Amino acid sequence: MAIRFIILTLLFLSSCTIPSLSLYEDQVGLMDWHQQYIGKVKHAVFHTQKTGRKRVVVSTEENVIASLDLRHGEIFWRHVLGINDVVDGIDIALGKYVITLSSDGSTLRAWNLPDGQMVWESFLRGSKHSKPLLLVPTNLKVDKDSLILVSSKGCLHAVSSIDGEILWTRDFAAESVEVQQVIQLDESDQIYVVGYAGSSQFHAYQINAMNGELLNHETAAFSGGFVGDVALVSSDTLVTLDTTRSILVTVSFKNRKIAFQETHLSNLGEDSSGMVEILPSSLTGMFTVKINNYKLFIRLTSEDKLEVVHKVDHETVVSDALVFSEGKEAFAVVEHGGSKVDITVKPGQDWNNNLVQESIEMDHQRGLVHKVFINNYLRTDRSHGFRALIVMEDHSLLLVQQGKIVWNREDALASIIDVTTSELPVEKEGVSVAKVEHSLFEWLKGHMLKLKGTLMLASPEDVAAIQAIRLKSSEKSKMTRDHNGFRKLLIVLTKARKIFALHSGDGRVVWSLLLHKSEACDSPTELNLYQWQTPHHHAMDENPSVLVVGRCGVSSKAPAILSFVDTYTGKELNSFDLVHSAVQVMPLPFTDSTEQRLHLLVDDDRRIHLYPKTSEAISIFQQEFSNIYWYSVEADNGIIKGHAVKSKCAGEVLDDFCFETRVLWSIIFPMESEKIIAAVSRKQNEVVHTQAKVTSEQDVMYKYISKNLLFVATVAPKASGHIGSADPDEAWLVVYLIDTITGRILHRMTHHGAQGPVHAVLSENWVVYHYFNLRAHRYEMSVTEIYDQSRAENKDVLKLVLGKHNLTAPVSSYSRPEITTKSQTYFFTHSVKAVAVTSTAKGITSKQLLIGTIGDQVLALDKRFLDPRRSINPTQAEKEEGIIPLADSLPIIPQSYVTHSLKVEGLRGILTVPAKLESTTLVFAYGVDLFYTRLAPSRTYDSLTEDFSYALLLLTIVALVAAIFVTWVLSEKKELREKWR
Amino acid sequence: MKKKLPLFALFLFFFSLLLFCHSSLAFESDELLVDDEEFGLEGGSKPQIKPHEPAPTRSTTTTTRRKVSDQDSDSKIQFSLEHAFGDSDFVPAGTFSARLKTSSHGGQTLTKLRFSRNAFTGEDKEKFEKLLQDDDFYRIRLPSNTVSPPGRDYIISSVKARCLPREGLDEHFVIHMEGVNILAVNYGAFGACSYPRQLKLPHKWSFNSHTVLKNSEQAPRAPIFAEEVLGENGEGEIIPPPERSFWAKYWMYLIPLGLIVINAVTQAMNMPEEGVQGGGQTQQSAAAIQRGTGSAVRRR
Repeated sequence: MAIRFIILTLLFLSSCTIPSLSLYEDQVGLMDWHQQYIGKVKHAVFHTQKTGRKRVVVSTEENVIASLDLRHGEIFWRHVLGINDVVDGIDIALGKYVITLSSDGSTLRAWNLPDGQMVWESFLRGSKHSKPLLLVPTNLKVDKDSLILVSSKGCLHAVSSIDGEILWTRDFAAESVEVQQVIQLDESDQIYVVGYAGSSQFHAYQINAMNGELLNHETAAFSGGFVGDVALVSSDTLVTLDTTRSILVTVSFKNRKIAFQETHLSNLGEDSSGMVEILPSSLTGMFTVKINNYKLFIRLTSEDKLEVVHKVDHETVVSDALVFSEGKEAFAVVEHGGSKVDITVKPGQDWNNNLVQESIEMDHQRGLVHKVFINNYLRTDRSHGFRALIVMEDHSLLLVQQGKIVWNREDALASIIDVTTSELPVEKEGVSVAKVEHSLFEWLKGHMLKLKGTLMLASPEDVAAIQAIRLKSSEKSKMTRDHNGFRKLLIVLTKARKIFALHSGDGRVVWSLLLHKSEACDSPTELNLYQWQTPHHHAMDENPSVLVVGRCGVSSKAPAILSFVDTYTGKELNSFDLVHSAVQVMPLPFTDSTEQRLHLLVDDDRRIHLYPKTSEAISIFQQEFSNIYWYSVEADNGIIKGHAVKSKCAGEVLDDFCFETRVLWSIIFPMESEKIIAAVSRKQNEVVHTQAKVTSEQDVMYKYISKNLLFVATVAPKASGHIGSADPDEAWLVVYLIDTITGRILHRMTHHGAQGPVHAVLSENWVVYHYFNLRAHRYEMSVTEIYDQSRAENKDVLKLVLGKHNLTAPVSSYSRPEITTKSQTYFFTHSVKAVAVTSTAKGITSKQLLIGTIGDQVLALDKRFLDPRRSINPTQAEKEEGIIPLADSLPIIPQSYVTHSLKVEGLRGILTVPAKLESTTLVFAYGVDLFYTRLAPSRTYDSLTEDFSYALLLLTIVALVAAIFVTWVLSEKKELREKWR
Repeated sequence: MKKKLPLFALFLFFFSLLLFCHSSLAFESDELLVDDEEFGLEGGSKPQIKPHEPAPTRSTTTTTRRKVSDQDSDSKIQFSLEHAFGDSDFVPAGTFSARLKTSSHGGQTLTKLRFSRNAFTGEDKEKFEKLLQDDDFYRIRLPSNTVSPPGRDYIISSVKARCLPREGLDEHFVIHMEGVNILAVNYGAFGACSYPRQLKLPHKWSFNSHTVLKNSEQAPRAPIFAEEVLGENGEGEIIPPPERSFWAKYWMYLIPLGLIVINAVTQAMNMPEEGVQGGGQTQQSAAAIQRGTGSAVRRR
């Protein structure tokens, strides 16, 4: 013990200097990688003004607007809008501005097309919610300006496309008309605005687009009522459904007259029972109706009759109409046929004619086609060619041209839900002779090339080859486990239900798997990843696997789905549709003989279910039956409850793996004064090296280390909104540290005038949380450390030697804890998106907080800055211990940004994984972008640095050996001479 | 009148004091008052009327006390403690009584919490023994709102029954309050409850109750410094990267150099030694030379 103290003191002494974390410029990319994504594409607008700069502008479900290179799929520029700034529509105006409508139709922005600079921004006000519509007519020009028409929040606005000035506004909400469509009449400056008032009154307004003058207003009532979307068939006819969803209503508003025409779906020869909806499309003279599992293409004939053109299954996708050369129109239809995807481009209105018909091989891991956008180009023989941008079920984006996939983007990685890691396979001993010969030859060749390179004889091809060899042979991207544990597989689960395995060395996708969809479940959602099997010791032959927990539907009561995925091969081993739900999943600290971890699933009836369902698992579980406790946080009710296992489930079906539970304790927050906004617990696999902390006075403090700590933050309900919504007097933040076995509140503290959002991290015996102080108008970070007093007497070395101490006694939560807490608060400049803490293999290395700042960067902040024992004038002894003089704010040192010059756009989470090398931790930050790096919070004290000159060391050794020989020879000679005397 | 009122209060207070002292002497004070900060007794100076020792409760009601509080202007409230053995239903087990103090700004707080426990019946004893045998939970509950019980729901707390028996049955309540609402109650043994829990029957079947009422603490404020200090220690602070020491940088050169130097020094040390030796033994060497020449001569 004493030795450990000495080592610790030494460690403290050695860490007195603040380690510099910064990289040199040439070190960027050596151990970190950064990947940029955009998310699942919602809208796409092609821009092919100049042949040299072909690009497509897209908006995505991650609220990203991006300009992509059509040739390679690279990002030219990209903007990530805020979480609440959902893009409603994009278009191009004046041939040089990208216009975006976002935030439920209240924000209109123009971006410069070549470089993505924002040109202008306008806020559109309105009183009522309505469907946001964006229309950029091509021919409404006044001098050099052109109009943009936006219908949102019950109003129609005309906005100048040069400076975003609102030219006129017309309020339809006042007449309680909900605008459904804004239609531009061909070659005139008049527009039609059609909408419903209530569900049965149809209104058509004819408006002069130049000044907003109302030219004509017609209204008519339709007894059947309207429901759902409208499909515009021509500039004066549209089709919608009546409230029974069995009659198609054709509304024509020609010549200032509104006429309704009803067509029964059954008259078209279709069974209209089930879910009928009109899909939004912009085909001329045609529209699409989705009935249950199939789609109908219906055409409006010249006699205003409807006729079914084609019937396809629901997997078929149709693009919008594209106008090419002299008013000709075309649209694309994408159909699935086995492993192939058939793309047909048809001229408008003519179903039986094909302009292009292509069939491409499609990886079945990409799932179904979700969207298609087409674009035309002029072929070398002056005929028209078409290319299609396809959005797949797995959120990937493909460009198809001439029957080939030109490029693809794995954009599911922009929407990561959960991350876990897996070890790589161990390097196999014994390599075959052929391989050695082969590698010998390669080795020789490589060395020849390198020699050439060093002698400056290499041609450019040789240089490229050298680079490729370097990359290939570089240690970091090998597919085997390394000694330091730097190489790992990052298993990520995305919103697209696709799992990716990324290699930590270079971030490449090792395998990807689109989770199998069972017939029973229509819309599964995935939730979490758990390490199911991590073989070590015995069961080395098994491959590690992960457990994916999902549910069938959105509500928490929906039945759960379990999938098991092999992390080496990327194959789905097994998949179950459970009968019960999974509100909470708890990995237990027990594994069976094949290293499968025991998991408990809590359903919405508070029963727990044990997995895996084996007799071995149940026998392990029975042994620990009375020691299993769990807690649940009901944030909406303001109740935290503790539970224990009671007995086997009593049901009609005997289930050995199902257990009833009972409530052991409860904490009820008064609804009128407190609302739970954050609950954070310790990482289950965190390692603490020592419980003792040696202070400067040669004193020992014992950390209160419990795996069962829960940090809860509550705020006043009034102040639970955004910052500034409450006065400092009616805002408070209460923080709790709760023991989850007994429900004991170990620490409770109120911050007056503070409010959320709270981001917290709990590690070892401390918790750090970030919140906003309304009185000081600044963000603050507080730290609370908790120490165990019951062990404080164990200071006497003699006692320790004689064994008269209670250090080895088991700790029980039922004992009354004797604890003290220390807190301190500091100002922090940034608002925070995520907080994490570094974790190392044995917990010896000092910790760093990783703070995801509002600027989408990750800042590493030494834990020593958040030490409650900091004081204004630390004594010499305290300084030696490494206590930094107290300051009111936490320093932000520019060099300590882990992400250096990069940004992890839309940052959502930070994961830290210990490497095998104690000093090092692996950091993975994810959002729309991905970033991975390796950190050494106390520098790599246990290995030589990268810039260590091995050559010099070798040279020195050689020189020394030579010197030894020389002196030996000299001394021999001398001795000889002596003897000859 | 204005002057009389405090006088009257003072009188009342002393009267109560007297009564209390008397009563506590009379039947051996019955309960522990673990005074928190909130336990400030109203009425002028702070009298030393705390029971000197946390005395064991003999499960009786404090009639004298109640009388006093009834005369007081603050309202008095009671709420009951209920217990359950294992998974049985909750039944009343005791009563908490406290004074409801309304502060000037409208907030209500509880002070002077007292607790009286009902005695264990024979049936209860049996049940409790069963709990001890099974190492099961003894559960208690309190209303979440003391003014209008049970409020939203009951606050439950439980402990392994084997933690309680000592001499008698020692219990310890920490009640976390927020105004008149009970947030949580921590119920458990007074001291440690070591694991593995041994089966031990109490000598006396009566409860030793200790209660603490807790309210939230104020968080320490962030230290505020003057401007000039801010300039020094604030964000602008640039901590220079620690210059690696000379040794750290050049140890790989220094060690061989040192070796060489040592080598050289020892060489040098040897040389003069030899020189001295040579000086002292010139004759010898001369003799050697002679011998050498002699041999050379002989060889010739």
